[in-house]
Amino acid sequence: MKRILLTLLTLTLVLSTTFATGQGETETVKIGAILAVTGGASFLGAPEAKTIEMLAEQINADGGINGRPIELIIKDSAANPEKAISFAKQLIEEDKVIAIIGPSTSGETMQIKDLCESYKTPLVSCAAAEAIVKPVASYVFKTPQKDSYVAELIFQTMNSMGITKIGVVAANTGFGNAGKGQLEKYAPQYGIEIALAETYDRAATDLTAVLTKIKAEDVQAVVNWSIVPAQAIVPKNMKQLGMDVPLFQSHGFGNIQYVIAAGEAAEGIIFPAGRLLVANELPDSDPQKATLVAYKNAYESMYNEPASTFGGHAYDALSIIVEAAKKADSLSREDLRNAIEDLTGFPGTGGVFNFTKDDHNGLGMDSLAILTVKNGAFALY
Amino acid sequence: MTSEQILQYIFSGITVGSIYALVAIGYNIIYNTTGIINLAQGEFVMLGGMIAFSLSQIMSLVPAVVLAVLITGAVGSLIEIVIIRRMKKSSVLGMIVVTIGISIIIREIALFIWDEQIRALRFFTGNEISSIDIFGARISPQVLWIVGVTALIVIALYLFFRFTLTGQAMRACSSNTRAAKLCGIRTSQMVNLSFMLAAGIGALGGCLVSPLTQTHYAMGSELAIKGFIVAILGGLGNPMAAVAAGLLLGLIESFSISFLPMVYKDVISILILLVILVLKPSGLFGSRQTSSLKDF
Repeated sequence: MKRILLTLLTLTLVLSTTFATGQGETETVKIGAILAVTGGASFLGAPEAKTIEMLAEQINADGGINGRPIELIIKDSAANPEKAISFAKQLIEEDKVIAIIGPSTSGETMQIKDLCESYKTPLVSCAAAEAIVKPVASYVFKTPQKDSYVAELIFQTMNSMGITKIGVVAANTGFGNAGKGQLEKYAPQYGIEIALAETYDRAATDLTAVLTKIKAEDVQAVVNWSIVPAQAIVPKNMKQLGMDVPLFQSHGFGNIQYVIAAGEAAEGIIFPAGRLLVANELPDSDPQKATLVAYKNAYESMYNEPASTFGGHAYDALSIIVEAAKKADSLSREDLRNAIEDLTGFPGTGGVFNFTKDDHNGLGMDSLAILTVKNGAFALY
Repeated sequence: MTSEQILQYIFSGITVGSIYALVAIGYNIIYNTTGIINLAQGEFVMLGGMIAFSLSQIMSLVPAVVLAVLITGAVGSLIEIVIIRRMKKSSVLGMIVVTIGISIIIREIALFIWDEQIRALRFFTGNEISSIDIFGARISPQVLWIVGVTALIVIALYLFFRFTLTGQAMRACSSNTRAAKLCGIRTSQMVNLSFMLAAGIGALGGCLVSPLTQTHYAMGSELAIKGFIVAILGGLGNPMAAVAAGLLLGLIESFSISFLPMVYKDVISILILLVILVLKPSGLFGSRQTSSLKDF
């Protein structure tokens, strides 16, 4: 047994060295991606995959990473954590990627966080939960804004509107539960009372019963935290019940499809989100404007569908990896990691990234803007 | 709780219950003629909503809905001809697994055609923000459409199975396929008709609920599970019982939310199903004698 193991070990060593020496200057740089292209979180993964495919083409046309073209290896996890784990292993061990983009959801990311850490492979997640970068794992980064910023911004807006008593509904998913937790954590700091907090099934189709319960509490506003299609059901159900208090939603509402689905009922919804959705409204002095408009126009002309902030997270992940790789001492995973951590003042679609040793998200609260829906389109509040 | 709130919970329960019932009716029609539980029933609902949405972009609502129902009915019939008919020798359980396969195929095709975005058909009357006041409780006009059309479907089905020759022939197939064959009934035609009917009714349901619940390529499986619970709860093979059971489950869920956190909603519905299956295995309205004669 020992001998077999030894032979195997030598074999892998020999193979890996020949593989390493075989890499010439013109060889492609492999970057992996694990995205929920299909399945329940496909509204995240599909635009993300489309975005990086498009961006990789652009990057290669512009000369790749210091002359070496990049090669994307995209795996569809269908939002399944087990699949995410096996794909991560495959990408790290077999495909020898320099970094991994994704996964799309917080649950999957948390599953492979330790794996990437122990294999010393940079992971740039496209998922929102703060737990991904808190506590900091040295090889794990993320591009979407933290959910705590979203909760705090919602409460700041409520303070300015004089709202003190609210009801909260959240989807029973990793994203929804994390958001509900943040709201409950920060509410006392802003002097806001949560009269009722309820979670609903992610596939819920009618929420009038739970909203009736909230209505009975005489709340001044409702917060819905979900990325599931229920985001368009809550506003409709509220209007049908004759509830005219303002509805706040999370940054997950940043997809114009939900506005279309909610129709008239979407008018006046208040939510914090990245500036991608209002790119054309921004003043020219905004450091993000050039990136945002370029991404939005390229995506919309290529795929003939509106760009969403979710695709933007993947755009940021890939451009951060490529930017860091250009600056890194070598294309080893360790040097790449160091280069990502050193990246500052990098304008992405989510905000201006300033990574530090302790902050692997690199975005401040100013990366979010308060948006609303006006005449069926997103607008600055 | 004020009386307005009670009424509001009742309306909420009826809305959800009607959606369940619409799916359960489809199960029963196919079960009646073939003994198969067609787990692709939820996909017919999805197809109805999706096709109607696409058609409504180029035509007005009524023809879009009618065409969606006809197209989905044709899809149901095609599935029977191409797949179900060739599986004659399979066991009932085998056939159920086949329907799961069919549901996956339909879902993947839908993902290919319509992508992963959600879509909502426009409201039949009014729009997203219109609401009707009934004794202090408020509902969307679409709810009246859902409840009204469900009631019409139930009455029409009752009349069809009771008084038309075709309906009676379909019932004969369910009682005893061989005897029906000996009487000169073309059982294969009846089976085909039942798939067409179930798919069409599912599609109509899909169009009705789409403005409120929206349509998504993967919505079918969730609906299939709830519809299945309702079909079992009412007693398999009885569309009227399915409607009663659907409304009952909807009301129970809605009132459970009024005094318990919403996360327990499904716990309660499954618990009730278990209790009923233990106490009355043939379902709330099913008779023990009939169910003992069935394979499943």
